[in-house]
Amino acid sequence: MSTDTGELYQEIILDHNRSPRNWGPLADASAHVKGHNPLCGDRLELFVRFDGDRVADVSFVGEGCAISKASASMMTQAIKGKSRAEAEALFERFHALVTGTGDAESQKSLGRLQVFSGVARLPMRVKCASLAWHALHEALQESAPNPSPPTDAR
Amino acid sequence: MSSIVAPTGITMGTGVPRLDPHAVRADFPILGVSARGKRLVYLDSAATSQKPRVVIDALCDYYSTSNGNIHRAVHYLSERATTLYDASRETVRRFINAPHVHEVVFTRGTTESINLVATSFGQAFVRAGDEIVVSQLEHHSNLVPWQLLADRAGAVLRFVPVQDTGELDMDAYRRLLSPRTRLVALGHVSNALGTINPAREISDAAHEVGAAVLLDGAQAAPHMEVDVQSLDCDFYAFSGHKMLGPTGVGVLYGRTSWLDRMPPYQGGGDMIDTVSEQGTTFAPLPSKFEAGTPDIAAVVAFAPAIGYLQRLGMEAVASHERDILAYATERLAEVRGTRVIGTARHKAGVLSFTMEGVHPHDIGTILDGEGVAVRAGHHCAQPLMRRFGVPSTARASFYVYTTREDVDAMIDALHVVRRVFG
Repeated sequence: MSTDTGELYQEIILDHNRSPRNWGPLADASAHVKGHNPLCGDRLELFVRFDGDRVADVSFVGEGCAISKASASMMTQAIKGKSRAEAEALFERFHALVTGTGDAESQKSLGRLQVFSGVARLPMRVKCASLAWHALHEALQESAPNPSPPTDAR
Repeated sequence: MSSIVAPTGITMGTGVPRLDPHAVRADFPILGVSARGKRLVYLDSAATSQKPRVVIDALCDYYSTSNGNIHRAVHYLSERATTLYDASRETVRRFINAPHVHEVVFTRGTTESINLVATSFGQAFVRAGDEIVVSQLEHHSNLVPWQLLADRAGAVLRFVPVQDTGELDMDAYRRLLSPRTRLVALGHVSNALGTINPAREISDAAHEVGAAVLLDGAQAAPHMEVDVQSLDCDFYAFSGHKMLGPTGVGVLYGRTSWLDRMPPYQGGGDMIDTVSEQGTTFAPLPSKFEAGTPDIAAVVAFAPAIGYLQRLGMEAVASHERDILAYATERLAEVRGTRVIGTARHKAGVLSFTMEGVHPHDIGTILDGEGVAVRAGHHCAQPLMRRFGVPSTARASFYVYTTREDVDAMIDALHVVRRVFG
């Protein structure tokens, strides 16, 4: 197998593709977002339950390639228990990783998610890897508590 | 002793001349590039074909020696460009055996050709309650324009169902036809499955109820002999870039009796007779449908593409693709868990398949890593994918330069996929 694809289809990705974690709808979700990649027809539904500022639970269902499924599966593991701000920051760093725009330090902080770094060399697959993350980004925005009214600085 | 000088890539013998893809390949510079460090194996000709040197040179020559705007000025270059442009039209006419050269309208591609008919024919002839017959097999470009027309005119779309083999249900087709049917718009060859539809039967049945027939020939004209008179269709649409020609040029063949009664598609230069503040009289066919400056270079370079195919002979082209398709279908069965989608009796060089437990996109990426280019996706035919209960397929498509070695390389790469995914 060529180096680029070998780097991408590592055992951890294949494993999450075979047995995705946090699979199935979430009955008491506070946010439910549908992601769709019109280019390839892949579909994904993300369910998030917030407890105050925290991601208390998260799950997904969908139909897609190994990259998109594994990415969604590993994302749910990575964001469970995180605060909104932390989850949003992870989204930013993951996006930078798969588009090849992040620095080494931000990449390192992604831990196991670094397995997707090979996607940066396959521009046609960036959408697959980031489908679930974009759904998360949307869920965070949709369910954001009303911003506190501006306070008078004086 | 008589001697026959055969063109490149053709071996003369008894019966159908045989095409030698190895000789043909020498005419296609791009086939020498390496992809991801491997020999390029290009199996995506249904998306776009590669171009022979004569076509690439024609584009370059046109801009180097003949570039001017057509049908306008009296100067040398304008005259040269016009002569070349009009000569291409005659080349196309002969290729599809159209009765008249003015029945050949140049467009940007099949999509524009179909949109032209949907708009102009629709405006003139389609009223509320009228019916347009399409099928589940269609490429989106032969479906969406009709949906838009149906919305505008209050017309109704009727769908010919597709059988498990990927063939149209012709009995159901006949039952759909009625005096309300204004137009039948069907693909001549399916881009997603390769099914060759019985075009003449389709035309005959439609004409019995007084409906016009448009055939989407995007996947047929590159691969087989097309004679619009023996098909007896009213419109025939195809693209240059899928048949060795440049992108940016397509063709709409239309019967004079229809084209004459259809309003222009776009207004602009080159399509007028006289223009006053109050109104305009339109130019005769085909200029009426060719507003604005077209892609002249592409039209000019389309002629040597057709010439190349004619030298090989469309019969030899079709027979070569049948041979490659049979070989590929047989070898694909060696790969565990593969399923061919589309098993029609008459197929063009398209092999659409799925692999158990592996999404087509992952097949596409791993094959790409081995230098093998296939298409993975819904092939702009989502209703058809739903019909077969798959979100997408992997598709290998063949052409004049495809060799058995290319097929072998794909099979080897599919074994790699199997190893990765277990």
